[in-house]
Amino acid sequence: MINIDAKSHVRGESVYLDDIPLLEGTLFACVYDSQVAHGKLKSVDISEAKQCAGVVKIILAKDLKGENQIGGILPDEPLLADEEVHFCGMPIAIVVAETDEQARHAVKKIKAEIETLEIITDERIAFEKGSLIAPPKKFVMGDTEKAFKDCEHIFEGQTYSNGQEHLYIETQGAYTIPSEQGGIKVYSSTQGPTAVQKAISKVTGLPWHQIEVDVTRLGGGFGGKEDQANAWACICAVATQLTKKPVKYSLHRMEDMRMTGKRHPYSADYKIGLDKDLKIIAYEAVFYQNAGASCDLSLPVLERTLFHCTNSYFIPNVMATAYSCKTHLPPNTAFRGFGGPQGMFVIESAIAHAAEKLGVDKAEIQQKNLLQNDDEFPYGQKVVSEAEQSWHQADHKFDFNRLKSEAEEFNSSSKYFKKGVSLMPICFGISFTNTRMNQARSLVHVYLDGSVAVSTGAVEMGQGVNTKILQVAADIFSLSQERVKVHTTNTLRIANTSPTAASAGADLNGHATRIACEKILERIKKVASEVLEVNSEEISLRDGMVFIGNSPTEMTWVKLLEKCYEKRISLSEHGHYAPPGINFDWSTAKGHPFAYHVFGTAIIGVTVDCLRGTYEIDYVKACHDFGKTMNTAVDLGQIEGGIVQGIGWMTMEEVFYDGQGRLRSNALSTYKIPDVYSVPKEIDILPLETSRENLAIMNSKAVGEPPLMYGIGAYFAIREAVKAFNQNNFLQFDAPFTAEKVLMNLYKNQSN
Amino acid sequence: MIKFILNNQSIETNLPKGTTVLDFVRYHKNLKGTKIGCREGDCGACTIMVGELTGDAVKYRTMTSCLMPLANAEGKHIVTVEGINPENNELTAVQQAMVDESGTQCGFCTVGFVMSLTNFCLDESPKDKNSAISAIDGNICRCTGYKSIERACEKVNSGKWEVESGKLVPNYFSDIRKRLTVLQNEQSKIKNQKSKIFVGGGTDLYVQKHEEMVYAEANHVLFDDELRTITETDELVELGASVVVTDLLESPIFNRLFPNLYRHLKLISSTPIRNMATLAGNFINASPIGDMTAYFLALDANIEFNTGRILPLKDFYLGYKQMDRSEDEYIQKIRFQKGFTHFNFEKVCKRTYLDIASVNTAISLKVTDNEIEHAHVSCGGVFATPLYLRKTSEFLQGKEISEETIAAANEILQSEIAPISDVRGTAEYKRLLAKQLFKAHFVELFGVG
Repeated sequence: MINIDAKSHVRGESVYLDDIPLLEGTLFACVYDSQVAHGKLKSVDISEAKQCAGVVKIILAKDLKGENQIGGILPDEPLLADEEVHFCGMPIAIVVAETDEQARHAVKKIKAEIETLEIITDERIAFEKGSLIAPPKKFVMGDTEKAFKDCEHIFEGQTYSNGQEHLYIETQGAYTIPSEQGGIKVYSSTQGPTAVQKAISKVTGLPWHQIEVDVTRLGGGFGGKEDQANAWACICAVATQLTKKPVKYSLHRMEDMRMTGKRHPYSADYKIGLDKDLKIIAYEAVFYQNAGASCDLSLPVLERTLFHCTNSYFIPNVMATAYSCKTHLPPNTAFRGFGGPQGMFVIESAIAHAAEKLGVDKAEIQQKNLLQNDDEFPYGQKVVSEAEQSWHQADHKFDFNRLKSEAEEFNSSSKYFKKGVSLMPICFGISFTNTRMNQARSLVHVYLDGSVAVSTGAVEMGQGVNTKILQVAADIFSLSQERVKVHTTNTLRIANTSPTAASAGADLNGHATRIACEKILERIKKVASEVLEVNSEEISLRDGMVFIGNSPTEMTWVKLLEKCYEKRISLSEHGHYAPPGINFDWSTAKGHPFAYHVFGTAIIGVTVDCLRGTYEIDYVKACHDFGKTMNTAVDLGQIEGGIVQGIGWMTMEEVFYDGQGRLRSNALSTYKIPDVYSVPKEIDILPLETSRENLAIMNSKAVGEPPLMYGIGAYFAIREAVKAFNQNNFLQFDAPFTAEKVLMNLYKNQSN
Repeated sequence: MIKFILNNQSIETNLPKGTTVLDFVRYHKNLKGTKIGCREGDCGACTIMVGELTGDAVKYRTMTSCLMPLANAEGKHIVTVEGINPENNELTAVQQAMVDESGTQCGFCTVGFVMSLTNFCLDESPKDKNSAISAIDGNICRCTGYKSIERACEKVNSGKWEVESGKLVPNYFSDIRKRLTVLQNEQSKIKNQKSKIFVGGGTDLYVQKHEEMVYAEANHVLFDDELRTITETDELVELGASVVVTDLLESPIFNRLFPNLYRHLKLISSTPIRNMATLAGNFINASPIGDMTAYFLALDANIEFNTGRILPLKDFYLGYKQMDRSEDEYIQKIRFQKGFTHFNFEKVCKRTYLDIASVNTAISLKVTDNEIEHAHVSCGGVFATPLYLRKTSEFLQGKEISEETIAAANEILQSEIAPISDVRGTAEYKRLLAKQLFKAHFVELFGVG
């Protein structure tokens, strides 16, 4: 089934935040933000801006009716800078004016006096100075100290992986409208309607029931609108509260890029120990996460780095420590993979290091250490593994040796072009690692004309979650697609939602919808059995008709609903779902945090132009664990998109802050994401064949995040190609592998 | 008063001429299908089709409406997605292909792709998969990874599309030629003599100073017919200042003189930007990294001002964004000699296409019997101005093509450049890159390096 939004998308009729028709009297907000990364805010001069045409109000921290605080996990993030500024781009004042142009013009007239304080942009420097968001987190399994003594080979090194700008094509924004009794209706481009509601409640002092948040869809999220949509919604809400007018703010691209956080950069130290058979016996890693100026989601991101620090490998002795380092960059935040990719990059680097020094193929070490059933993760969960299956099925289909020897043959006869090949297995846990967030609700109404309306806590952002939810409802009621509509995500219909994140949106909200539909179905069937005088178990619905056993009856779906109404039976249900069996205890750092894991193995091939230092990705071929996909088109789209985004992170996407904490890659002209020519020439996805049951909706495993991590393979494939040209160079593990790094490494320590 | 046709509607507006077409369609005409992604021509979400009367046909080109002043819409047919949507909620062939192949996920960039592909189906380009993909080289998508869109591209190029079929664009398109003819006759061609601001395609001015440009009293010269010609004599090629990059790609003269024209110009921005970006705009912008500037420096081109003064392009640049030009002068003509036998253009950036170079370089050579009679070499991104490499060019004269010559010339090249570290690379990298790309010229042209 094709994405239910596809048709309105191609006709340009889908409504995004900036497309909502405006009410009369709507005002426009614009933020004046700090140009200093760290300093004392001595004064803000708004006198000239106030005089500008059209300006209605200028709001400073002192004007807020509620608390000046939007931190979701820790209360360390003021909405507006008050005494200090903590990053370039930190909001200081809100201008509210009659037009967007007037608001933007007036912002330029504001002056702030800021006494610059010491600016830290580097996570290791922050660590040395003791600037941490929270105490470190640690995973321990076995005894690494003891195990290293038994290792035949030990390698130590450092890695760095840079951040990544989300670059959802729709920028952040919000539109707030006053409602009766002092309430506010909020349109927000957010992955977390409840997070927006909570943050607005805090800064306005309004209780949650006065705040209605409504989300139709996002023009991309990728984690960037999980927590960081809050500020813009709060800004509009505060302005609406103070002016009693509708207020809109749709950010310009450069505002969005400089004021919002990104994927966390990580620096890390690793130590890996192997026995003579290349089994990894011990692994230690210390992660230094660059959190930016406040916590945001940095701590759960940090935790997921630990959860995935051994990727698809079983290592009996592990000690992983992670520090969330506070710097003066915009608060970094969720981004597809949520710290997992950063953890995996380090273990893959450690294995590459070992392979290079030992003169063996990296794939040999990878394969020898793949997770087996009932192996234990460092956090205590037993593995239900598809690691070996996906590896073998990929090898069987794509023939790793053939691909590698083709590359070697090519390299031996090519002077300026070199090919590199690398393998990338993945293992990604599905569930919020904060167990209590794993719950969702769905409101289902069956109307008397036979149509069905579904509302859930899931936010549609292109990933197709609403399509899957519609499939669930249509499947249970056995109705055609046209008779079911999935409505906007709205806090009045669905309360206390978890954000649509952690790849779990379809599972959680899909199951909640299943439960709601099944409850209604049960009641309807009971009515049918009464009317038709048969057992309820014999009743089924097929394509809008009531069946007894395999025989159709005269009764249509609509007639049956009329009967239900006559008998005063409810045709509505609010389904609640919480996946069973998951738990985690941070006091021991052990538990069973994930409902299941997603596995896969990719082989990635690249060609490097060694004259110019540029490269092309030739192919990504992967065997991926879908469970049993409920929507091939949607899932394939997630995989292809995820792979390309992962490759972007590892290759061309370079977030660049200068020493003063100013973002230099602050526009699409300086921050490059993959275009149609930089994606792999071929992406070939083989579904893993397995019939194992899992907790996913309709057995169709979560697919949002895992494929991104295949992209890590591109880094190591380029590395192989560079090494084929220049053997005199032990390359640093420093991502992304930009064209600059490629060229510099091709000619490092070379005479010509 | 600006008059044009927007979709099927005649427009007359007194809004400031510098208002962008994007703001006009979205906020004045409430056509919300055209999206705002970056407002700097780098994402393509706001791509529209612009139809121009040429002879007795209407020729459509895509443009990014975020950089396009209303003045450049004058007398044109401006087409947004609302102007191609079939009635009764049906889909065009392009839209259907995008739906069938799941070429849309979040949908925000989708309309831009639809417009680019629709234009592709209408225009004269060869109908194969690569050309279809080439048509979307200015459209960025963050969701799909493009593979599904590539599959949609494969679908739409399978047949030839007639406007009249109604499957690509609605039937009212058939009347546009007539309507534009009427409009053209009504148009006044009075130049704003007082203003010293000239706007071509706006592809840099609207990026650098968007707000200022809306109200600027400017001369809009993109569609000034006198400035759009490409002609040749036995010795010379002469171009008008408003010739855009796509005009070069479509010029028989250029295709004859530059066998690798497509490959080289493809490295420069994207289809919609190439449709808007003028040569003179690139020269006057004076960016040290201007691609067309590097290209024409290596042709040792001259520029002629409205005053009649003629200046070698290599003498035009005095310092960072400083030019030998009085306030009253603007470029009218560009000329270069045809005597070269070899030409090459190299450019490396973070992303091969639709990116600004870390370093670019061009070379023209006249070679007889492996001996260089004369050479002109340029290099961008390595100095405060676009750089003509005088000493390197001089050195090459009279030399034979060999690895030794290249190595020795590269030494001289290194002495002429002075790159700085910035977001496009460290100085050290740019030095190495300049060296490699200079070498690449000879590898490409002679297989020597």
